Amino acid sequence: MPRSSSPKYTVDAPTLVTAPGAETAALAQDSPPAAQAPAAPSADAEILTLAQAGDHQAFAQLYSMHKRRIYSLCLRMVNNVAEAEDLTQEAFLQLHRKISTFRGDSAFSTWLHRLAVNVVLMHLRKKGLSLTSLDEAMEPTHDEGPGRSFGAPDLSLTGSIDRLALERAVADLPAGYRLIFVLHDIEGYEHNEIASMLDCSIGNSKSQLHKARLKLRDALRTSHRKEGLR
Amino acid sequence: MTEKPEDMTCQEFQSQMAELIGSGEDVSSHPHLQTCARCRALLADLETIAEAARQLLPIEPPKEDLWERIESAIKEEESSARRK
Repeated sequence: MPRSSSPKYTVDAPTLVTAPGAETAALAQDSPPAAQAPAAPSADAEILTLAQAGDHQAFAQLYSMHKRRIYSLCLRMVNNVAEAEDLTQEAFLQLHRKISTFRGDSAFSTWLHRLAVNVVLMHLRKKGLSLTSLDEAMEPTHDEGPGRSFGAPDLSLTGSIDRLALERAVADLPAGYRLIFVLHDIEGYEHNEIASMLDCSIGNSKSQLHKARLKLRDALRTSHRKEGLR
Repeated sequence: MTEKPEDMTCQEFQSQMAELIGSGEDVSSHPHLQTCARCRALLADLETIAEAARQLLPIEPPKEDLWERIESAIKEEESSARRK
């Protein structure tokens, strides 16, 4: 779904963007394993309504319900614990300021998720990660670029990837690749949404994602090889 | 550049992979893949990575004291707003 024409990288009230990952995770949110069934919508709606009316206890409950997911998003995007905590704090502060503007046109979790993405993107922009750096600074050289596969048959990942190995490999990605990979493959945003968020072309988003996956493949195969040598 | 998809080299096919995959079409039916095990394996790996990423769960929660920081910042904002 295309975004509105709001300025890029500003923490505006989130527009309605469907992030499949956000929707899926919204069901589980930060609830304990015993509560994996969809939460009672009326209870969630009541908490939200109370929080919108300024009830601090209800806002604390919203934080408790969404903190894990928002923190994970921030941490995966910036790969730094201290920054991720600061950004989580900023996201919930923004939420507190803007919660009364939520009209329920999309799922609350989707709206909050987009708000958090905007907070992180604004932070990255302040740090100097612009589209230019996505296009150029993050462009690998021939020496360090993602491996192609023109030579002899390679070790295949054989359909299974260790979750921790993948988390490590994602954390090690160059910032530009990591950003696109997290937004698309982990969080479920579409290329047109990412292009709009990052003010880049859809083709650029596709290209960066592909390079990110190639780089992850290299890292994971290296990890497999090392394990095989043990 | 080779004109027919079935006559593509691996290099030509792989240079188009980002667009092919991003188009949402069924890349596995591409003519080059019918005869190239290496590129089939590459595509399978990339699909495996994307699938594994979709299944990643949120990481551990933030530190317990983060809520105290947020609560404190909210109170500060509210009292600041009241003073204005």
